[in-house]
Amino acid sequence: MARGIKDKVAILGMGCSKFGERWDSGAEELMLEAYKECIADSGIDAKQINAAWFSTAIDEVHVGKSGIPLSTTLRLPNIPVTHVENMCASGTEAFRGACYAVASGAADFALALGVEKLKDTGYGGLPGGRGGPLQALWSANGTAPGNFAQLATAYMTAHGVGGEDLKKAIGHVSWKSHQNGAKNPKAHLQKAVEMDTILNAPMIASPLGLFDCCGVSDGAAAAIVTTPEIAKSLGKHNIVSVKALQLSVSNGSESGHNSWDGSYFHTTRIASKKAYEEAGIKNPRAEVSMFEVHDCFSVTELVTMEDLHISETGKGWKDVLDGFYDADGTIPCQIDGGLKCFGHPIGASGLRMLYEMYLQFQGRAGARQLKDPKIGMTHNLGGAPRENVSSVAIVGRFE
Amino acid sequence: MVGIVAYGAYVPRLRLSRQAVYDANKWFAAGLRGLAKGERSMANWDEDSITMAVEASRDCLSSHDPEDVRSLYFASTTHPFKDRQNAGVIGTALSIEQNLLASDVGGSQKAGTSALIAGLNASKNGGGPALVAAADKRMTRVASSSELNYGDGAAALLCGTENVIAKLVGHHSVSMDFVDHFRGDETDFDYGWEERWIRDEGYSKIVPPAIKAALAACKVKGSDITHFIMPSLMPAVPRQMAKACGVADGAVRDLLGANLGDTGAAHALVMLVDALETAKEGDKIMVVAFGQGVDILVFEVTAENAKLPKRNGLSGWMARRKEEKNYLKFLAFNEMLPIEKGMRAEFDKKTALSVLWRKRDMIYGLVGGKCKVCGTVQFPRSQVCVNPNCHAVDSQEPYRMAGLEANVMSFTADSLTYSPDPPAYYGMITFPEGGRFMADFTDCDKEQVKVGAKMRMTFRIRDNDTMRGGFKRYFWKAAPV
Repeated sequence: MARGIKDKVAILGMGCSKFGERWDSGAEELMLEAYKECIADSGIDAKQINAAWFSTAIDEVHVGKSGIPLSTTLRLPNIPVTHVENMCASGTEAFRGACYAVASGAADFALALGVEKLKDTGYGGLPGGRGGPLQALWSANGTAPGNFAQLATAYMTAHGVGGEDLKKAIGHVSWKSHQNGAKNPKAHLQKAVEMDTILNAPMIASPLGLFDCCGVSDGAAAAIVTTPEIAKSLGKHNIVSVKALQLSVSNGSESGHNSWDGSYFHTTRIASKKAYEEAGIKNPRAEVSMFEVHDCFSVTELVTMEDLHISETGKGWKDVLDGFYDADGTIPCQIDGGLKCFGHPIGASGLRMLYEMYLQFQGRAGARQLKDPKIGMTHNLGGAPRENVSSVAIVGRFE
Repeated sequence: MVGIVAYGAYVPRLRLSRQAVYDANKWFAAGLRGLAKGERSMANWDEDSITMAVEASRDCLSSHDPEDVRSLYFASTTHPFKDRQNAGVIGTALSIEQNLLASDVGGSQKAGTSALIAGLNASKNGGGPALVAAADKRMTRVASSSELNYGDGAAALLCGTENVIAKLVGHHSVSMDFVDHFRGDETDFDYGWEERWIRDEGYSKIVPPAIKAALAACKVKGSDITHFIMPSLMPAVPRQMAKACGVADGAVRDLLGANLGDTGAAHALVMLVDALETAKEGDKIMVVAFGQGVDILVFEVTAENAKLPKRNGLSGWMARRKEEKNYLKFLAFNEMLPIEKGMRAEFDKKTALSVLWRKRDMIYGLVGGKCKVCGTVQFPRSQVCVNPNCHAVDSQEPYRMAGLEANVMSFTADSLTYSPDPPAYYGMITFPEGGRFMADFTDCDKEQVKVGAKMRMTFRIRDNDTMRGGFKRYFWKAAPV
């Protein structure tokens, strides 16, 4: 294993737009909303930024390609801007680029900004029809809910979990996120929901009902990173540093080889293991204080908590029902409402998760504030269970 | 000796209740009441004459090696493409391309028999085994008798000179421009003349002399015929023709109208398959097809017929049945109803023809790969082996997967994606030999789709590119066994 970047990079400032159906804003306005908060929080001047990473996943429905949309919108001083896309892991990918630039010494200050403006398509859900001219000829004409619903069927089969038990557990995942989202003024959905409503909602892709699916939202989030030393020299306290950044990408074995049973995320198991190693975490269940994971669908969160090596494989649904991940549970998960309620503007999501971690460490999370968190972990999953990009970030107090 | 060496058929699973059609339309066409009984076959939204012909051909070739086929004739009046060889699509789907003469035959209700005559002659003249497939999926106007009388279906016959199950005794044709009905190139629908005229001036004056000439040429008597096959939308006509030629009334074959309907250019061959399924050695079969003249073929069944390995045949596919009482669904499946499909139906379906050509064995033949190093079967075939413990480069040989049974590993019923028949069922299917992919399911009900369910691959329409005049994208889907 390489040496890693533990404590080589600090978060100097962050910003996040209000998420939601932002009929009032295009991608440009959302970018600026997040950036204004971020640059003010960092205390530096825009001219000091050496390089920027810009993430969007479905750029064809809003900003278009390249780094130009970010550079133009912010009137950046002709610095390098790299447009990154790695599906739902895009936001974390932008952050990774910025962190590596600082860790390498190539930049003192680097900006990562993610945005997605989805609500100009005219219909609900994510835009479809991508994948290239060959895939269009053979791969099932599915949707995200349809792909992740199959995680649920395979999970039930692999672990002998009954339909009702699973439905209750994934229902609880969403119930908990709604409880949390209700306390977040920037969240897309800020309303607590009754379990009965969740369980009796219309089917989207069986067994996933309406409340098992996250919202489709507009939004942007941004971070400016530097070294802990520079942060200190600027008079910053409560410094939050990066402990690990890992990414694992499918190579086709899940989708093409019969060794995978469909019930887990092969990549997440790998990425999280590497991240714990990079961060020097031996017992994650005891050491991690809070999670923001990729709950694009309720069942994704449930299975992810096993693949992050927190819940035992096949037993995650019991931890969920025991309230282990609730706001007042052992390790709160999605304390900001998660993708489910904060929302899921794809290119911004990874950065939004880090934003919540950052606020929590700085004691600025308002009604959601947890007591003395030490280590926070974020996770994104782009693609489908059978073929995906899994990203993991671990951040914590810089001691 | 040339003749038929194998047969196959295909009938779509859905059977439209004629009463349901009548109930919807009786306010307008009360006169259809007499036809409001039984059911007609109804193609699923993803079926057309090509996909049905592929299924019938697979059924036919279940006992023979497709690679031996040297010519392929595809008869239909509803070929999906006017210019692009439809028979060629079938050939590629059957993974036969090299050394194959493919030809489309159409333009008349006797296209099926004309194709059969061509196939038999090709084979007789040293052309090797000839596959004759016939299928029709005809559009019909709302509240027409055709809507009730027609059915969708296909038949396939393999012609050859070895192990002949029905020897060709002879054939005879007359061709004349008797227009009982027509379908111009500006419409999807048939336009027909008065039935009484068709009967008196058409059938009665054209068919009996042609049958007599055929009998003379074959040196058989009308009374020798044990199976008299003659499709007609007028059920009494075949009996009248038989009688006029000395063929016993008991030899006249059932028109299959009660539960199937008239399958157009395919129907004479569909009825022939029906007859061959139970025919005994020595039986003499006469096939008569009417349409701007008449084709007549006479066969004699041999001892080989009893030895032909079991196949679905017409009876097998007829037994796979699901009643459909929803007339609106029938209209929607046939694009006869301006149904609100939503924006998700607007995604561009443009096919990169260059990609299709490069990957035609994968897309149309469902040909995957088998790694020479580790033996892993995989789909699609790729340059680097998918087995995580192998990853050998350029190690795979083509491996045909269309005939393999698969199991459902995971699945869903998706109500979000656009489907002409929601919810869309799809899921990960795995082949016991190795290989898996995320496949669309078809011809399935909720209770049939479960983890572990056995699935059979079937060639279907995946998308229709209506922006470019109706380019059908074909691929393989999984259907419950």
